Amino acid sequence: MSSNGVLTGEFFLNGDQACAEGGISAGCRFFAGYPITPATETAERMAERLPEVGGMFIQMEDEIASMAAILGSSWGGVKSMTSTSGPGFSLMMENLGLGAMLETPCVVVNIQRAGPSTGLPTLTQQGDMMQARWGSHGLYPIIALAPCSPQEIFNLTIKAFNLSEKYRTPVLVMADESVGHMTEKVVIPPPQKIKLVTRKKPTVPQGEYIPYKPDADLVPPMAIAGEGYYFHVTGLTHDERGYPDMTAEAQGKLVRRLIDKIELNKDDIIEVEEDQIEGAEVVVCSYGISARVALLAIKVARDEGIKVGMLRLITVWPFPDLKIREIAGKIKSFVVPELNNGQIALEVERCAGGAAETILVGHMGGTVHDPQVILEAIRKAAK
Amino acid sequence: MSGNGDQTSIYNLLREDRMPHIWCSGCGLGSVLNAFLSALLKSGLPLDKVAVISGIGCTGRAAGYIKLDTFHTTHGRAIPFATGLKLANPELNVVIFSGDGDLASIGGNHLIHAARRNIDMTVICVNNFNYGMTGGQVAPTTPLNARTSTSPYGCTEIPFNLPYLVTAAGATYVARWTSMHVRRMENTFVEALLKPGFSFVEVISPCPTQYGRKNKQPTGLAQMNYYHDNSIIRHGAEPRDVGIELNSPIIVGKFVDIERPTFSENWTKIVGSKFAHEPQSKAKAVKA
Repeated sequence: MSSNGVLTGEFFLNGDQACAEGGISAGCRFFAGYPITPATETAERMAERLPEVGGMFIQMEDEIASMAAILGSSWGGVKSMTSTSGPGFSLMMENLGLGAMLETPCVVVNIQRAGPSTGLPTLTQQGDMMQARWGSHGLYPIIALAPCSPQEIFNLTIKAFNLSEKYRTPVLVMADESVGHMTEKVVIPPPQKIKLVTRKKPTVPQGEYIPYKPDADLVPPMAIAGEGYYFHVTGLTHDERGYPDMTAEAQGKLVRRLIDKIELNKDDIIEVEEDQIEGAEVVVCSYGISARVALLAIKVARDEGIKVGMLRLITVWPFPDLKIREIAGKIKSFVVPELNNGQIALEVERCAGGAAETILVGHMGGTVHDPQVILEAIRKAAK
Repeated sequence: MSGNGDQTSIYNLLREDRMPHIWCSGCGLGSVLNAFLSALLKSGLPLDKVAVISGIGCTGRAAGYIKLDTFHTTHGRAIPFATGLKLANPELNVVIFSGDGDLASIGGNHLIHAARRNIDMTVICVNNFNYGMTGGQVAPTTPLNARTSTSPYGCTEIPFNLPYLVTAAGATYVARWTSMHVRRMENTFVEALLKPGFSFVEVISPCPTQYGRKNKQPTGLAQMNYYHDNSIIRHGAEPRDVGIELNSPIIVGKFVDIERPTFSENWTKIVGSKFAHEPQSKAKAVKA
């Protein structure tokens, strides 16, 4: 452990705990949350660890309040996060939209469990991937990352903070119960080896600050409360001053920019892992725990002589559409295993645009896939 | 350093470029905002360190007219937003300025929990007995028998007695005035702003457009006259006895002013003190 309480070294952690440590390493110093299986261990870890690094933890009265509180704390100048699972994620949608509208950096972790409704609280699913994209009302962009191991949830929680600070937007870490409750070695690098991004602050005198006047990268510098900038922010459609403007013109200008600041920076945001795609006839496209389960099926298929590649989505939203399109022109089929009835598979199919077939390997959750089922899909795809 | 020049006039605390405001003729909100801004100046609080947070509704627009760091949030969520802001930045004086529907209905859970935690914040709840902005619907504060657009035959529900509610939940400062009591309201705002812990001031306020005209008080003046004739000042009144009924007296005054450790004081004592000097080196993680 370094002198400021941030851990360094090799640890044996479950995904939830690794997520909390990722937040702390990223500079998160405020966590507001509400107990929910299977995400509770993140909150418990934060309750213990945040005071050690000079931060604050609060258990709020519900997930609506948790999401509101991390927006407030972010405007107080502190990197902030919450974690939850399906039912709580649904409750957070209202203020997630406020976060997007106010352009508030924060990180929301969803350790997905099987739904709908209370579903299987202790068992896995990847059923919230479309909710992650579209769950709050109206038009807004979102960034969502999908870790497949405790080490990766640590890494991606840091990345989530960096993206949220850089683009002034809520960023989602869309893990699943399997990753959240899986315990593995997690290597935490020394702080000087971890690249951290902090939001742009205003550089103009207080009286000249225009809160929503964007720079060339479409991201406006962000003042925080208490520094004399006297800014106003609102969830209403607003102009560059942050003042409500109830016109189609203001709506078009604001929402277009909100979407463009993510869309036009997709190259910077999107991260995928590719394996043996060159020359492949079948590509397994997956994410999170399903991508890991698919590895065995891929290995057996390769042993059988099938040319199968792997595209693992690390960034799920914005969707890596160009990458899918590029691969689709060179292969026969995509095989998409996911713990739902086809969410990301729909995106793969859309982006493939008919150039390659898309075969969903769905599963309603409660367990991960049987790799045999994925193997059979690969065999069928290769025929 | 301040972006506001002359700090002795409330005009400098208003965003004049936002005028005219949206409030109707006869509405009481202007008086409440005026009294609040005057109180803010009287309080001597550094204006750079005051943040005003509103929810949604007519009262929720107040934040947008105040030239400080101001937040217009989601419906009912001003208090948890303000909780995060205050805990992240304890130097801030956090004021929630919102309406009865916002704070007591959709935000009711947050209201009682902030009072229970005794978060150091001042809540100004402007109560006009209905949802004005959406066209005058019934609220959890609408008196029994009062008519609104969704209680066209008369309200059949018993309203919240807000001072009693927040007192029971743990508020350390609880008062009520009407928007007619501008001088007393202002003095109360000063006290509430300076009081550590959860302060709650309810201001009964006219809504002639949506509420008054359906309840035989068709103008702001008629509602103000009603307050004038029917308000009874009773400092120290038992909060359970200050419920409001239709066409009955309104008990006003300061009902509660007690000392109780704030959330931050308890945090510092129980948690912060353990880590005040140097970060602890007890990581619970098992070394691999």
